[in-house]
Amino acid sequence: MSLIEINNATRLFDDPKRKGSVKALDNVSLHVARNEFLCLLGPSGCGKSTLLNLIAGFDKPSSGTVRVGGQIVSAPGADRGVVFQQPTLMPWLSVWENVAFHLTMQGVGKELRRKKAQHFIEMVNLKGFENHFPSELSGGMNQRVGIARALLMNPEVILMDEPFGALDEQTKMEMHAELVRIWRDSQSTIVFVTHGIDESLALGTHVAVMSARPGRIREMITVDLPRPRDPTSPEFNDAKRHILSLLRPEPVTTEA
Amino acid sequence: MTQLSTSLPAAQAPVAAVPLWKRLYGRIERAIVPVLLLVGWEIFSRSGVLPPALLPAPSQVLVAWADWVFATDGNTQTYSGHWIHDVASSALRVFAGFAISTVLGVGIGMAIGWSRTVERLIEPVLQILRPVPPVSWIPLAIIWFGIADKPAIFLVFLGSFFPVLLSTIHGVKSCDRNLLRAGAMTGGTPGKLLRYIVFPAALPSIFSGLRIAIGSAWMLTVTAEMVAVKSGVGYVLWDSYYFLRYDIVIAAMVSIGLLGFLSDLAIKLIAARVLRWQRGTTKEA
Repeated sequence: MSLIEINNATRLFDDPKRKGSVKALDNVSLHVARNEFLCLLGPSGCGKSTLLNLIAGFDKPSSGTVRVGGQIVSAPGADRGVVFQQPTLMPWLSVWENVAFHLTMQGVGKELRRKKAQHFIEMVNLKGFENHFPSELSGGMNQRVGIARALLMNPEVILMDEPFGALDEQTKMEMHAELVRIWRDSQSTIVFVTHGIDESLALGTHVAVMSARPGRIREMITVDLPRPRDPTSPEFNDAKRHILSLLRPEPVTTEA
Repeated sequence: MTQLSTSLPAAQAPVAAVPLWKRLYGRIERAIVPVLLLVGWEIFSRSGVLPPALLPAPSQVLVAWADWVFATDGNTQTYSGHWIHDVASSALRVFAGFAISTVLGVGIGMAIGWSRTVERLIEPVLQILRPVPPVSWIPLAIIWFGIADKPAIFLVFLGSFFPVLLSTIHGVKSCDRNLLRAGAMTGGTPGKLLRYIVFPAALPSIFSGLRIAIGSAWMLTVTAEMVAVKSGVGYVLWDSYYFLRYDIVIAAMVSIGLLGFLSDLAIKLIAARVLRWQRGTTKEA
């Protein structure tokens, strides 16, 4: 049984100005198995973030169903850890208190929170920065805090919405290597939204290529390149070429 | 961490190189204008342009003040050595009214900012009450509470409640939606989100409201003491006016200024401690 099951999900957004509605997702079905690393790849406006928000429970489908672990998703919950596009940390809390925020929500005492946070702080290589405030860290470091916060909840699935979009290429590559290591060590399931073809091929066990207006999944690609993946290898480029051909606008003749 | 410790000596070096006169000037810069004003006032008062009784010289104010505080020569008669008592009565009223405003203002403000229903129910009443000057409540305050501490505390509350309330509402409403999403994602219930996200997010705004409120609180204590109370710095001020002791009037004015300044400073220090996470993110850190 799949961990995440999306069946015929459609999401319409009302557009009161034009007295109509915009179809962000059109009849999307998607199944993600445990321990998969799925990348949702597509141009901006293709509904990939909408799809992620449905799984996170921030949004509901207009029709169709979204299930995680067999349960219909109705609200956000700690079984689905989200790493946001911006780090979205509490600026008044130190690094360790942000990492342990889930435990604060559960009413766990300070000592235990501090102890549990440490493991995840070390996992994302932030040892020594436990007592810093987010404003004292770089964007990449804050994004790691966000990842540690999601990991600490020991969620069924980790949802990531272009988490490295704001980082420079160098830092991004480091974060990729680290994320793959964390994914392996923690045996977690990850759904990762991105518009970068290289990023999706560097990370995912699967890449769902999406098309825009209305948002649909064009093709589900299984990536079985050996890790660490070499972005200059012929196999990597073959896969990239294939995805590029999918992302190219469809010829007008086929639609007519 | 290591970067910090290595850069410190380098940062200190230029400080030592600043010439002595420049450092001395830096110390006294803020005192120049006040001292000039005092000297000018002293000269003007002694020049005889105005009858000396109408504008006592600073030196004369100081003599009266010294007696009021330390009972030096008894020139302030019944007030001699009574200053600390007068200040304590005023401060107590300010503190009591301010504390009630803080609790109610933050509490009701959080409720209004968080819940549309509460906002619709309570806001119309508050919007009508808000433009009514607190001073205009004095007659009602006296017939309700008599002549004692209570009407003063009531007025202080009226004057300081709205700044706290409005700044709390503003703070709650400007809380970043994404932080609430992150809180819901970590499994927070609405009550926990309110306590652990909305409240701390609103604190900077709440503190700026408290600083405005403490100013109003002193203003209204003094007003109430002139009219409805028979003790405190405001009462001394008004009473001395009847006895044509303008030196005591000015000493009382300066005392109120000083107390207002000190209470504002106290709130500022508490804010700096509570909001230390803001250090380095805003212009005034």
